[in-house]
Amino acid sequence: MPASNRPFFRMGLFLGILSFGLLLVGCYPTHFQSTFDAAGYVAEKQLTLFYYIFWAMAFVFVAFFVALLYTVLRFRRRQGHDEIPRQVHGHTPLEIAWTVPPFLLLAVVAVPAISVLFELDTPPADAMEVNVIGHQWWWEFEYPEQPGILTAIVTANELHIPVGKPVKFTMTSTDVIHSFWVPKLAGKQDIIPTRKIVMWFQADRASPEGGFYGQCAEFCGLSHANMRLRVIAEAPDQFEQWVKGQQTPSKPAVELAGLAAEGANLFANVSFEGGQRCVFCHTVQGQAIQGKVGPNLTHVGSRGLIAAGILDNTSEDLGTWLQNPPGVKPGAKMPNLLLTDDQIEKLVAYLQSLR
Amino acid sequence: MAATTGALGGFLARPMGYTGVWGWVTTVDAKRIGVLYLVTSLTFFLWGGVQALTIRTQLAQSGLTVVSPGLYNQLFTMHALTMIFLAIMPMSSAFFNFVIPLQIGARDVAFPRLNALSYWIYLFGGLLLSAGYLTGGAADTGWFAYAPITEKTFSPNKGMDFYVLGLLVLGISSMAAAFNFIVTILNMRAPGMTLMRMPVFCWMTLVTSFLLVTAFPVITVALIQLLFDRYLGAGFFISSRGGDPLLWQHLFWVFGHPEVYILILPAMGVVSEILPTFSRKPLFGYSVVVFSGIVIGFMGWSVWSHHMFTVGLGAVANAVFTVSTMLIAVPTGVKVFNWMATMWGGNISLKTPMLFAIGFIALFVIGGLSGVSHAVSPSDFQQQDTYYIVAHLHYVLFGGSIFGLFAGIYYWFPKMRGRLLGEGLGKVHFWLMFTGMNMTFGPQHWLGLDGMPRRIYTYPSNMGWDFWNLVSTLGAFMIGVSLLVFLYNVWRSFSHGEHAGADPWDARTLEWTMPSPPPLYNFARIPTVHGRDPFWDQKYATDRSGRTHRLPAGAQEHDGHVEDVQNIHIPDPSYFPIFVALGLALAALGIAFHLAISVVGVAIFLIAIYGWAFEPTVEPRAHH
Ligand code: HEC
Ligand SMILES: [Cu+2]
Ligand SMILES: [Cu+2]
Repeated sequence: MPASNRPFFRMGLFLGILSFGLLLVGCYPTHFQSTFDAAGYVAEKQLTLFYYIFWAMAFVFVAFFVALLYTVLRFRRRQGHDEIPRQVHGHTPLEIAWTVPPFLLLAVVAVPAISVLFELDTPPADAMEVNVIGHQWWWEFEYPEQPGILTAIVTANELHIPVGKPVKFTMTSTDVIHSFWVPKLAGKQDIIPTRKIVMWFQADRASPEGGFYGQCAEFCGLSHANMRLRVIAEAPDQFEQWVKGQQTPSKPAVELAGLAAEGANLFANVSFEGGQRCVFCHTVQGQAIQGKVGPNLTHVGSRGLIAAGILDNTSEDLGTWLQNPPGVKPGAKMPNLLLTDDQIEKLVAYLQSLR
Repeated sequence: MAATTGALGGFLARPMGYTGVWGWVTTVDAKRIGVLYLVTSLTFFLWGGVQALTIRTQLAQSGLTVVSPGLYNQLFTMHALTMIFLAIMPMSSAFFNFVIPLQIGARDVAFPRLNALSYWIYLFGGLLLSAGYLTGGAADTGWFAYAPITEKTFSPNKGMDFYVLGLLVLGISSMAAAFNFIVTILNMRAPGMTLMRMPVFCWMTLVTSFLLVTAFPVITVALIQLLFDRYLGAGFFISSRGGDPLLWQHLFWVFGHPEVYILILPAMGVVSEILPTFSRKPLFGYSVVVFSGIVIGFMGWSVWSHHMFTVGLGAVANAVFTVSTMLIAVPTGVKVFNWMATMWGGNISLKTPMLFAIGFIALFVIGGLSGVSHAVSPSDFQQQDTYYIVAHLHYVLFGGSIFGLFAGIYYWFPKMRGRLLGEGLGKVHFWLMFTGMNMTFGPQHWLGLDGMPRRIYTYPSNMGWDFWNLVSTLGAFMIGVSLLVFLYNVWRSFSHGEHAGADPWDARTLEWTMPSPPPLYNFARIPTVHGRDPFWDQKYATDRSGRTHRLPAGAQEHDGHVEDVQNIHIPDPSYFPIFVALGLALAALGIAFHLAISVVGVAIFLIAIYGWAFEPTVEPRAHH
């Protein structure tokens, strides 16, 4: 290559690398769990720190590989060159000297690391409170009574939060260890049975259609892969709307008619396979028996997804679920109740009335 | 007493044959035990690889159903256990056994029968650990098996029992071997071989052995507690009973992090032998390399909670472990600098062992650098338990340990077999494995940062993870192909390889002074050592001007005298190690199945121990 072309070549290389990088970065918004698309304060801080380390390490990486390649290529044995190199055993000043760069590099990384660590550790005082309870393999969210939420709300797998307000989570588990993770909002936090572990995050922009995606990050058994969740971050007034909706009791069973009424009866009064009744495991506000094994279904009709995010909340998917829960979600703690198509149709009608 | 000995004479007589299957079963010769370790660990390595390829096939695209979720969970758990405890650790042991006595100028290890026992316990323990596959499901809670999912309530099947019992039994093997090598290295060095003249591989073996004898008791305690929980309802790890699931995590990682160094230090030792040999230069900064190895060993104890950044230990604990973890980068960095300086100014021969050694440095450094990003706890909150960590650990353990150990295989195979492994095939193996490795694990960094958690048997198609998972799977199969090339190479070279002679690499340490393969008694004449590279110093001399030249063969000095080979006493083979091991394994197996099996096991164990204690050191021979 003529010398005059060199700068152009270098520029081209630089632009090539840059555009490849942008390509990688540019496609993230469609990636539902990308940590590169931070949508909240905590995730942003963590991402900035990651970039910082990344560039520091990228620098070391390049320097190291250039040195390694250069050493190997320059000193490789060439045909017929069989001489014995000088037998150098070491060089004390040099050996002492090169403990310094790693130290410096670490100091450069350690300072921002520790400061971010402490900064993010304590939730802001004005945070909204939500309790998270991990179950094999679904999430329970409890909004205790607090300013703005006058009666407690219990829901599952879909977390609604207002944009721009920090949310403090107090988390525990009823069975094994899980880990609560919504990559675009914050790094993960493990959930340990009987302990109460606190974390917080804040959404700085509204979530797209379907919410921010999250999923359990600590192996928790057969359906660990199927323990997903969504965070719907919405404008404060929309959030208030949602709170109101959750606090209004759904239509009492006596006011229902047709299929839904029959479904309500099945739900409350009929024993299926193994003597199980829906109400033994599920709570619907207003029912006499309020089970706590499965998700609270008081407003199940208002949710977008069921079974911890693996099925849509459509009559078709609800039907699939009721037909054979462990068939949809291996190991699911809701047994196959051997419902008939007729019963399923009625139950689905009832569940959809619970808005 | 005489009568007893008479009556038991037949029982106690030591076998004397060195040939056939029995020759191998009863051997107490460290070199043969080394070969047994190598063959067994390679077999387990291939088995671990088959499990890995099944995992990668399942993940090649979203929503595949190659294996059931239950089997998938067993596969990723057993893949890790197989690779760590049944492949990498014993492959290191293979080199300890074969190489250490030769490098320090000894005829065998300090306790030859104990050495055989370690091997047999390893073999039976490995089978026990894997036995779950045959009894309705192997362990399926991940290799670090976080309580309380390991409790009977959540894991009722026998897989977890085999996890506990298998690891307990394997622990005995590792501890016995480690004590053996500590004593061997400290007590059996040839005259003149001071500690600071030992080859670095010996040093790393010594450090590793100390880590083993100190780390294994910790996991043993945890395993016994888990055993009590599962069988007696003790509740050590059950919070509702006053126990604590985090206790398991602390105990596990207090063992688990030193374990990481148990896996990597031997490979570092191997590389520290190969780089000087193929650069024709002494190791640069020997004492610093040794010292940093020791420092890494010590510091390995102060970082365990970096595996627990997300369990909520609080900012202070996380800060402390962030800093202590980052500090380990200093001695590690120093090692890398010294390796580079060893090559600098050398006359580097790029034979297969050297390629693997250089590959080791390159890949290990990548693993180290990504390690810094999750040493920093706030950054780790996003990376913990994702494919980013999977990528990191494979750069360190596959790119590191496995590349280092394969470097060792190419390097020492000629000493074991007397023939070289094919160089051309070796290079093909290296480049396929190197490319495959980067193709498999490189994209996993991206997948992790893109939000893909580890240990999920499936993922939805809309996550954007399909493409890189496919690339990763293809890379894994490329690694598989590279191993087929390797196996073919071994198979062909075994009887058709080029004859190696004593010193095919123009090496520097004592094992190369011996014919390949070395005789049973190793050294006819125990050498006297005058420096760090004793064999090199026999072959070469450096004059005042600093120029080094080869001494003519005749001028190479020898001291000491060649003993009459007939008079070298080495212990005869023994039946008892395999029976002691068998008894032990049966005793453990019985805990999971039926106590009657344990009773039989204990009986075999006791009888074999009795025989062990009273058999003669050597059988009187006809010619005596
Ligand atoms: C033995 C307890 C049990 C019984 C009985 C039971 N369920 Fe469930 N149900 C569960 C559990 C546990 C889940 C959560 C499963 C998961 O996502 O892993 C669940 C989930 C559901 C869901 C999805 C809720 C959501 O938001 O994800 C619906 C709908 C549902 N059950 C309806 C019913 C109906 C209708 C009946 C009666 C025919 C019934 N269940 C009986 C335990 C039970
Ligand atoms: Cu999980
Ligand atoms: Cu560690």
